Amino acid sequence: MPIHEPGRRVAIIAGVRTPFAKAGTTLKALSAIELGKIAVSELVHRTDLDPASLDLLTFGTVIPSVLAPNIAREVALMPLLPKRVDAWSVSRACASANQAITDAADQIALGHAQVAIAGGAESLSNVPILHSRGFSDALVAASKAKTLAQRVQAFGRIRAKDFVPITPAIAEPTTGETMGQSAEKMAKLNGISREEQDALALASHRNAHAGTVDGRLTAEIAPVMLPPKYESAMTADNGIRSDTTLEQLAALKPVFDRRYGTVTAGNASPLTDGAAAVLLMREDVARAQGYVPKAYIRSYAYAAVDPGEQLLQAPVLAAPMALKRAGLSLKEIDLVEMHEAFAAQVLSNLRGFESKEWAARAGFSTATGAVDRDRLNVMGGSIATGHPFGATGARVTTTLVNELARRGGQFGLMTVCAAGGLGFAMVVERA
Amino acid sequence: MSTEPKASALSLEVVEGIAVLTFDLPGESINKFSPAVIEEFTRHIERIEKDAAITGAVLISAKPGIFIAGADIDQFLEFRTAADATAASAFGHAMMTRIETGRVPVVAAIDGACLGGGLEFSLACAYRVAADTPKTVLQLPETQLGLIPGAGGTQRLPRLIGLQAALDMILTAKNVRAKKALQIRLVDELVHPSILREIAIQRAKELASGTLARKRERPHGAKELLLDDNPIGRAVVFRQAREMTLKKSKGHYPALLAALDAVAAAYHGSEAEGFAEEARLFGEMAMTPVSKELIFLFYATTSLKKDVGIPGNPVVQKPVDRIAVLGTGFMGAGIAAISVMKEVPVRFKDTEADRVAKGVGAVQDVLKDRFTKRRITRQQFEDQLGLVSGTTTYTGFGRVPLVIEAVFEDLAVKQAVLKETEAKLSPTAIFATNTSTIPIARIAAASARPERVIGMHFFSPVHKMPLLEVIVTPKTAPEVTAAVVEFGRRIGKTVIIVNDAPGFFVNRILAPYVNEAGKLLDEGVAVDAIDKAMSAFGFPVGPINLIDEVGLDIAGKSGAIMADAFGGRMQPSDALVKVLGAGRLGRKGKKGFYQYDEDGKREGVDETVYALYAGGAKRREVPKEEIQRRLSLAMVNEAARCLEEGIVRTARDGDIGAVFGIGFPPFRGGPFRHVDALGAAEVVRQLDALDAVHAGRFTPAAILREMARAGRTFYPREGKPV
Repeated sequence: MPIHEPGRRVAIIAGVRTPFAKAGTTLKALSAIELGKIAVSELVHRTDLDPASLDLLTFGTVIPSVLAPNIAREVALMPLLPKRVDAWSVSRACASANQAITDAADQIALGHAQVAIAGGAESLSNVPILHSRGFSDALVAASKAKTLAQRVQAFGRIRAKDFVPITPAIAEPTTGETMGQSAEKMAKLNGISREEQDALALASHRNAHAGTVDGRLTAEIAPVMLPPKYESAMTADNGIRSDTTLEQLAALKPVFDRRYGTVTAGNASPLTDGAAAVLLMREDVARAQGYVPKAYIRSYAYAAVDPGEQLLQAPVLAAPMALKRAGLSLKEIDLVEMHEAFAAQVLSNLRGFESKEWAARAGFSTATGAVDRDRLNVMGGSIATGHPFGATGARVTTTLVNELARRGGQFGLMTVCAAGGLGFAMVVERA
Repeated sequence: MSTEPKASALSLEVVEGIAVLTFDLPGESINKFSPAVIEEFTRHIERIEKDAAITGAVLISAKPGIFIAGADIDQFLEFRTAADATAASAFGHAMMTRIETGRVPVVAAIDGACLGGGLEFSLACAYRVAADTPKTVLQLPETQLGLIPGAGGTQRLPRLIGLQAALDMILTAKNVRAKKALQIRLVDELVHPSILREIAIQRAKELASGTLARKRERPHGAKELLLDDNPIGRAVVFRQAREMTLKKSKGHYPALLAALDAVAAAYHGSEAEGFAEEARLFGEMAMTPVSKELIFLFYATTSLKKDVGIPGNPVVQKPVDRIAVLGTGFMGAGIAAISVMKEVPVRFKDTEADRVAKGVGAVQDVLKDRFTKRRITRQQFEDQLGLVSGTTTYTGFGRVPLVIEAVFEDLAVKQAVLKETEAKLSPTAIFATNTSTIPIARIAAASARPERVIGMHFFSPVHKMPLLEVIVTPKTAPEVTAAVVEFGRRIGKTVIIVNDAPGFFVNRILAPYVNEAGKLLDEGVAVDAIDKAMSAFGFPVGPINLIDEVGLDIAGKSGAIMADAFGGRMQPSDALVKVLGAGRLGRKGKKGFYQYDEDGKREGVDETVYALYAGGAKRREVPKEEIQRRLSLAMVNEAARCLEEGIVRTARDGDIGAVFGIGFPPFRGGPFRHVDALGAAEVVRQLDALDAVHAGRFTPAAILREMARAGRTFYPREGKPV
């Protein structure tokens, strides 16, 4: 591979994902690695990619397998791809797939690579369950024991509470606050009403349902043949509610603050299994191989806030930075895709866009601006389709570039909030 | 004895007192023992024995993936009498005994295939080190050639690994891989291939110094003590083996019984008497017609492998590296399974995603079976299954070099699918149609690129049936044929190229055979009498049983097409028409000529079918020989017509097609070999006699008459058959 060739524009050729399934349902038998392989294999087939041309594969996941922590490498080792394809995994919470995409894009821009696949996968049906510290200590001690007596002694130290397994919680390690609690707090801080949240959730389902019915959304989805018996295939997301109403949403009880809360299971994204991947190429290489890119990456930015403040508000800082790097203003953006962890978070982000204070924190003197709601999440978002943490960034990218091309728009903006107070924004330009 | 100029096959290097002999047969991809090689070997051993500075020896191969593939089969063709073959065996014995009992201990360093005489050589060595690789395979294939191991294998193997394990290897010619070989003590140790030579030298030194004993006791378990180690136990083992062998071979393969006799001789009398008995039986077997035919099949399949079906047999420039399969039914899934087994990615297309899923399930079943039998690892199983991807929309067809269509057997459907698919393919892609009856040219008529259209007739179940008929039309481009033949071989098929005509070759010659069985039913012969007669002739299943297996509807449909194309002699029998008319479909409907239980397992003849015929349940006795003559000659005569019409290119292809596609008795070599064995004149005489009674059905093919007149044979009477 050439070293340090002049940088080139990075083309997004296409994206493919598995259907997204609520955790514990249709895709529960498949690991994140298996889901990742399905998405990547289908991407290779659908784009008629010559696997020999692939340089690298980057993949994001949030809760990796303890046994195979480098998911990218495991996916890249599928027999369809050459073994020499470089592969690494990234972790940036819900923006992990975005990190995978920008890592790959950077490598292309640097001239280190020409063709890359980037994406992510998550199986929340298969999170590792850990032993307690006490039980782990006993196991380690027992493995080092030389005599039976020592072994018995090692286990003798275990207390009843040590048998309780530990499951990974979606909580901030520093603040102990769960995602939902953070969203609840943001709703209160930014004055987001329950009605507004439910209306956004309804729009998410309606738009996703429309995209499923007319095939725009399902066109991005690879059918998954369902093991172990392979008697049927899954071809569409199973979390989209075609029939939900404001009344139904309003009837749901708040989960995180039962007395004064507004965040419900209906206006939050569900725990989800799925994988998504995009194919990236250097512009000239894409042309030489006869590909018509969907879009080019124009700019991107990451930002961070204090997780104890407003955990999911960093996109408000990242977006104006990405726009500035693109040399564009929000007015010039034709479509906006905003990851919907919670309706409260989306609405807080939108308020932040309109706020001079938040703009100032990002170093700008004027507010980023108001997002035209008709251009926002036009095929629904994570509340409806679901949110497999590691995969969402690639799902959002795929939908944005496809819909941009379909609508004949020129520029698209996406934002993704992430745990740890992290945020991401990217501007794409239609080819 | 060979008179070729002798480039040496063996090179000698002495390393710290150990003679390392490297076997590298010039001009060949494999090492094999010919008389010339044995002579050269013996000279080296003599030299080593005389050199006091040499204390041990190692034999190692320089061929990748091959230790020694066995004896050079060419020498077997030169045996005129049993005595010739016995002498050759004794010649081999002399060398092996010299290795075994000489002053210098010899170590076999086995990396790759160690077959036949190669294994017998290693048995004579004092120690066997093998490379722990998937290519290391040990096998005694002699009985598959109608012979017995003739270089001491029947004597030394039971002594080394015990009677039961030895009989298993010799009678079934099974492959023993590295790990299993160590487990049954067929080899003494396994090492990484990169240190094979080093360790072999080290062991030779230890044998020389006596720290490693040349004669080592085989560890005995309770089972050995009970069966192998006492005469009564052995008698039980031999009796069971004989019964099993007779049951499986139906007495058609004398070498199996001869091998049993030879092994038995290892337990009676002196060692020398045992070897003499092995040599005698080897000689006897070498003269059997069965062995001649099996050796013919060996040559025929070997020569076929080098034939890509176009002049000059060029190397295929761009081998098919992925395929698409249209139709995810049983055939499509079978084709997909054998492709991913050879690491070829498969794009699987059907009209509904659930159908694709079921197809993937069927692929999984085939792969799972291999995994359960430990033929593949879990990782291989998962990787292979992962090579199947599915679509309902022709995505991923743009770069596919070969599409195999396996949709419903209907001309209009197949034409529509071809048109639809062609629009999605690159102009250089090949469209292969898997049909058993529809002429390819009729399907290709819908194509904008008929030169890229070809037939691939797989047999069901695809993963088990070895034959593939590649059917070319006058328009099929030569490079298309070559690419498809090469691909077919790569996925493990024995490929014959046939020209496009109804029934192609295999179903064409099957039609009059099955039809004749129906005519016998019409004449009042019992179902089981017919099936038993043909089974005794050597077919794996009788013709009526075969109809039940295939399905009466399919047999009926195919029969109608054949009658349509070839008229009178293919006119379907009333028997089949009536049974099908009564709604019996065969095994799949659990009702046919035979009875089936709930699980579809075949029971006895369903006597109620006779009620459909004149004569009813009272069946007429016809001599077995007449049944055999009528059915076999119907097939043989049709095969001759196919050769005459150029449906098959050569008698060799026809024989391979009949043996591997239908199960024509391998020990008869195939229909053309059968004619040669009987003599064309005799075949014509019998056909004329039958034709006189069954007017029109047995008119001898012109080519047979011509051969009878000229006294010719299909194959040369001497030397290599092909």
